[in-house]
This record gives sequence, structure tokens and C-alpha cells, in this order.
Amino acid sequence: MRVVLIWGALALAVATPIFAAANSPLLQWRDPIYIIAGFAGIIGMALMLLQPLLVSGVLPGPSPQTSRLLHRTGGAVLVLAVVVHVAGLWITSPPDVIDVLLFRSPTPFAIWGALAMWAVFAAALLAGLRGRLPLRAWRWGHTALVSLAVVGTIIHAIQILGTMEPITKSLLAILLGAALVLAIAKRRVWVMGLRARQS
Amino acid sequence: MKTSSISRRSALALGGAALLTPSAGLLAPAHAAGLAPTPTMRGGANNYRPNAPIVERIGGGGFWMTGTVRRAGDGAPLEGQRIQMWAHTTEGHERDAASHGATLTDADGVFRLEMPQIVPAFGQAHGHLAYDSGDFKTVFLRPLLASPNDTTMNVDFVLEPA
Repeated sequence: MRVVLIWGALALAVATPIFAAANSPLLQWRDPIYIIAGFAGIIGMALMLLQPLLVSGVLPGPSPQTSRLLHRTGGAVLVLAVVVHVAGLWITSPPDVIDVLLFRSPTPFAIWGALAMWAVFAAALLAGLRGRLPLRAWRWGHTALVSLAVVGTIIHAIQILGTMEPITKSLLAILLGAALVLAIAKRRVWVMGLRARQS
Repeated sequence: MKTSSISRRSALALGGAALLTPSAGLLAPAHAAGLAPTPTMRGGANNYRPNAPIVERIGGGGFWMTGTVRRAGDGAPLEGQRIQMWAHTTEGHERDAASHGATLTDADGVFRLEMPQIVPAFGQAHGHLAYDSGDFKTVFLRPLLASPNDTTMNVDFVLEPA
């Protein structure tokens, strides 16, 4: 019963903002590629809720090994979502995306989106190099980068007047922040740094 | 012990004044000749298509883009100046040729052109306007609608000789 409730709540938290965005009136005035780009961004943001929960051990059901595998798959899908988001926007309006990537866009949210994008890519790169990294560098590095990605994404999304419905967008943003803090607390990321300093 | 001659209170007052100065427009460059030219906005030229045709109306209309064109310095209204405009509207994307059009200012330097309703795109409800006819320096603007429900927007150009 508890398992059903937790997973049901999580599915609701992820699906509600996506369905709300699917009802946006703005969609009727957008080409398919622009719509795909927007939803890739929303799906990417929703994945950022699942990712920390999968590594924090709070989700009942899958074993730690399965959770880790799901986290890795989720990370790969997140990178793909970011790529589709940016590529789709580029096709829709190349000069606007070039401005964003060169950090000269007039929109205040663009810099946060660009920052979050690079943070996601770097976090994924670290994950790929994990075996070759000192454990402390991996833990602190990955945690710092995903924190930047989450904060950047929240500020990016909140400031945008887009297809996401404002209330469900704000709720998802709050959940994103809470899940990140929960994962950092559960994994006790800071412990390793303190130990190293004591030795 | 030597105490600083700046008290905490005066430091706060000074900091407050420093914060307020730009927002009060007190840092605008002084122009001996008066009215300062309108600077080009970042992103203003995005999806620009040179030589948009002069039209009676862009598409089906419903949204009014209005404004004035004046000369820098004395502020004299400029007649017959071509103002080009484009936006993401209910009828198309910014890059679509049909989303672009131009109009001329009247004897009072006023322009008015009806276009389809602007809708938010790339995160903001915004329009694009350009003066790019050569007699004066080129200006590209990217003003924001105060509300995405607005059905009109007023944009003023102050041009300086090329």
C-alpha cells in the first residue's frame, strides 16, 4: 500500500505539469519542432525530480542496484532531453539560441538555462569518468554540478512565459529543490570531505 | 584607536543613494543637443529580414503597433521614415516572411501598423522593430509587452544622422 502511494504520488508529481503544459493555449501557434523542443525541456525538468530520489534510497521497491541503473539511464535520457531542447529551439529561431549560447541573450532566464545545460553535461561526463576519479572528487563534483543544474533549471523555468502552467511549474520547482536537498542529506555527501581534512 | 570618519549611517545613506541613482535615470549621458538617440537593443535584429514590404496590414491584424520617430537633439518629428516590424504571432513564427511588414511615418512622425496578435515566444511576449533605411543610423528594438494580453504596443524611435 505504501509502495503504491509513494510511486503514485511521484507519477502524479511528474505527470501533472506535463499534462498542464499540454493544455497550453500557446501550443496552437507553434510549429511541431518548437513544441517538441519545449516538452523536451519540461521532461528534462521532471527527470530532475526522479534522479535524486533514485539515489537517496527513499523509493520503495527497486534494489539499490536497480535504482543505480535507473539513475544512470535517467541521466542519459536527461542529457538527450537537453540536446533535443536546445536543438529544437535552434531550428525554431537560430539567432536567439546563438545569443543564449554566447551569453548575450536579452532574456534574463537564458543564462540560467545555459548554465544548467553545461552543468548537466559536466555531471554526466563525470559519471562517465567515475571509475578513474578519486571517490571524493567524484562525489563532490557530481553533487556540485547537479546542484547547479537544478538551481539553474528552476530559475530558468520560473522566469519563462511559456507552455508550462505557472502553479504546476512552481510546485515542480519546489519538489526539485526538496529532492536535491534530501538526496544530499541522505547520501551525506559532506562526510567524505571532512574525513579527508582530519587525516 | 582611529575611527573611520564614515559613520554606519552615512555609509548606508551613500549605498542607498548609489543603488537608486541608475534606476532614477540619473546616469543617462548628458547630451548637449537634448534628446538622446534610441540605442539598439540586444537581440533586436534576431530573425530580421531586410526590406520588409510596406503593407496596409500584416496578416489578419488585431494588434496595433504604434509609435513615433523623432530626430535626436531637437526632437523634430521625422516624416516618411520606414519602420519595419515582425514578431511571433497567432499567424506565424518570427522567421516567416508573412510575419514581417513595414509602414511609413506621417507628417507628425507617427506610425501605426496593424498586425496579428503577438504571443509569447522564447519565454517572453515581445516584438521586433527596425529602422534600417540609411539616412539615419540603424536601430533594432526588441520591446516586451507589459502583459501577453495587450493588444497594442507603443514604441518611440529617436534617430541620429548616419
